[in-house]
Amino acid sequence: MMTAPHSGSERPWRRRREEAFRWAFLTPALVFLLAYFGYPIVKNLMMSVQEYTTRTFYTGEAPFVGLANYATVVKSSVFSTAMANTVLFTVGSIAGQFTIGMALAVFFNKNFPLSGVMRSLMLLPWLLPMIVSSAVWKWMLDKDSGVINQILGIVGIENIPWLTSTDVALAAVIMVNIWLGVPFNMTILYSGLQDIPDDLYEAAALDGATGWRAFRHITWPLLRPVVSVVLILGVVYTLKVLDIILGLTEGGPSGSTQTLATQSYRLSFANFEFGQGAALGNILVLISLVFAIVYLRMTRSSAEE
Amino acid sequence: MFINARTSAGTRPARRPAINRRRALQGAALAAAVLPLAACAGRGGGKAAGEVTSLKVLDYYADEPDNQIFQQALEAAAEQVGVTIERESVSGTGLIQKVLQMSSSRTLPDLLMLDNPDLQQIAATGALAPLNDFGITADGFIEGFIGAGTYDGELYGMGPCANTLGLYYNQDLLDAAGVAVPTTWDELKATAKALTKDGVYGFAFCAKASYEGSWQFLPFFWSAGADETDIATAEAAAALQLLVDLVGEGSASQSVLNWGQGDLGEQFTSGKAAMIVNGPWMTNTFNDSGINWGVAEIPVPKAGDTAVSPLGGELWTVPLTGDQARQKKAAELLAVLLGEDSLLELNTSRYTIPTRQAADADYLAALPDMEPLVTAVNNGRSRTAQLGEAWPKTAEALYNAMQSALTGKATPLEALKTAKADFVS
Repeated sequence: MMTAPHSGSERPWRRRREEAFRWAFLTPALVFLLAYFGYPIVKNLMMSVQEYTTRTFYTGEAPFVGLANYATVVKSSVFSTAMANTVLFTVGSIAGQFTIGMALAVFFNKNFPLSGVMRSLMLLPWLLPMIVSSAVWKWMLDKDSGVINQILGIVGIENIPWLTSTDVALAAVIMVNIWLGVPFNMTILYSGLQDIPDDLYEAAALDGATGWRAFRHITWPLLRPVVSVVLILGVVYTLKVLDIILGLTEGGPSGSTQTLATQSYRLSFANFEFGQGAALGNILVLISLVFAIVYLRMTRSSAEE
Repeated sequence: MFINARTSAGTRPARRPAINRRRALQGAALAAAVLPLAACAGRGGGKAAGEVTSLKVLDYYADEPDNQIFQQALEAAAEQVGVTIERESVSGTGLIQKVLQMSSSRTLPDLLMLDNPDLQQIAATGALAPLNDFGITADGFIEGFIGAGTYDGELYGMGPCANTLGLYYNQDLLDAAGVAVPTTWDELKATAKALTKDGVYGFAFCAKASYEGSWQFLPFFWSAGADETDIATAEAAAALQLLVDLVGEGSASQSVLNWGQGDLGEQFTSGKAAMIVNGPWMTNTFNDSGINWGVAEIPVPKAGDTAVSPLGGELWTVPLTGDQARQKKAAELLAVLLGEDSLLELNTSRYTIPTRQAADADYLAALPDMEPLVTAVNNGRSRTAQLGEAWPKTAEALYNAMQSALTGKATPLEALKTAKADFVS
């Protein structure tokens, strides 16, 4: 980034001034990052190696315990279930959100009457506060009086225990999360589609590539950068989903919808085990980080191509 | 302005008449600068003013009608001790986080309300003053509530209002089925079965994967003779078996696994549940619903057993703010709030239960229907009495065992054993 120190410039003072100027512009962003990004991360790392309890808030004393919190968290019987649930929840949510979002984006990319209005309506789930969405879905998914089972009843399907069966609950929670995530996927992919020039399709049509072939050979390759952004952001957002699960099931029944995020929240804010909560939170950050690195690698290699 | 006045006062004047005029001006300037400060200090009750004129109060009575009721009660008490109050109300779930933040920045209020099971955690931090220091004793208060307010042998909190769980029933549905209010577990099962028909469940309780679930399990758990020092016993398993049977026989919906107490209230007021476990905080809702309801004690294992229910309700504490005068004043205010008149007024207007047995007679004269809950509170136990600040872990183990047994993943005893191993030990 910086110019080489001995580049043979005749006026070094000018270069130095330019550099100082650059830093001056960077400072606000750096301060912001350190305060709102650096501090919490460092604090969370420190908390995870301390015995951090309610006492600590008043006395300020938090003895160093090394990796004991990590050991406790990983050895806990809840960990493996929460880990498996997190993977299923993330993969399931992303697969559903992306497929439906992509289909809708392609659908709305064709101009037809009222497409603008319909597209705005599709954004609705995104605009609702998550707590509201989860409360409404909880009513709708109720086994006995929920509207979904009543509709299914008309078709002759027996009441499904959406949120109260250990076999179905995770799928139900994923379904709600897909509903919530479709607008984001659709919007980003739609704007990506809008950037693809029409003449490419016209040229392809002349060569006989329409429909699925046009999608495979024009849309998909040109959309790839947008797709990777959507997927990586999707993974990071989904890993930390908390309110929907808490609102729908509180991690139940019998832990079948407990994820690393809900368990970390529970440890910190219900059990007051702040050290363990931070440890689990850091494990979650680490997983997100892996995806972020994969993403950076991907974008770098595609830029070099 | 203040600083300028002082520095210019240090400069040596040249002529006499000028001095006087200047002094006079400086005096005026000083007064103008200091007066608003003094006024501020007075309102905030700072140490400099010497006299305490205002107290900061924090509670979670943010919803009506509790908000108004407590505003009035606190204002009336404040008037008696000669202060005004600056009250802040936060949501129930936000209170503990707020208190922890305040204790780390040393900005705790003068009078702090806590939900009773949380007192242990906050008292353990060392942020609270023992109430005995201010002459407030536990004399005359019910045993269970004293237990909840006591940490490490010292009384840190006391409150005027208690609540507990009872069996709320729909009289019309009971009459239609020709059954009486159940008092034992066998009767509960039979009655619930008889009441279950036409889209109505006979019984509903909360077995949610949260502290709400454990709270609702406790009446069965304790009345069976089980104990939180060891949750994996035959008595505890019997209590859990009762709930498993009720769901298994179809007398209660499987949705109890996901219903909070608010959901139970909705099931009851919409006529979809004939009997539910709930508490006096629902009284207004039930009255407004037009349901012909009544309340009884939670059924016991067999006739003659005593129902032991968990005590709910809030405790008021005096945080160590470092200002003796303010702490003393806050304790005075608390003493008035706990006084007989205030206590009776608060409980009758909120349908909560008095924490002083001496007030029971007057209370029941005003609200005779509450008798079963008054009995339940007087026999009640606080959740933290045995385990103190270790209670949250056991509570987590209990709701996990409930969920595991009710979903059929394990038998009640196995579920309790696993939960004990996973969460408590």
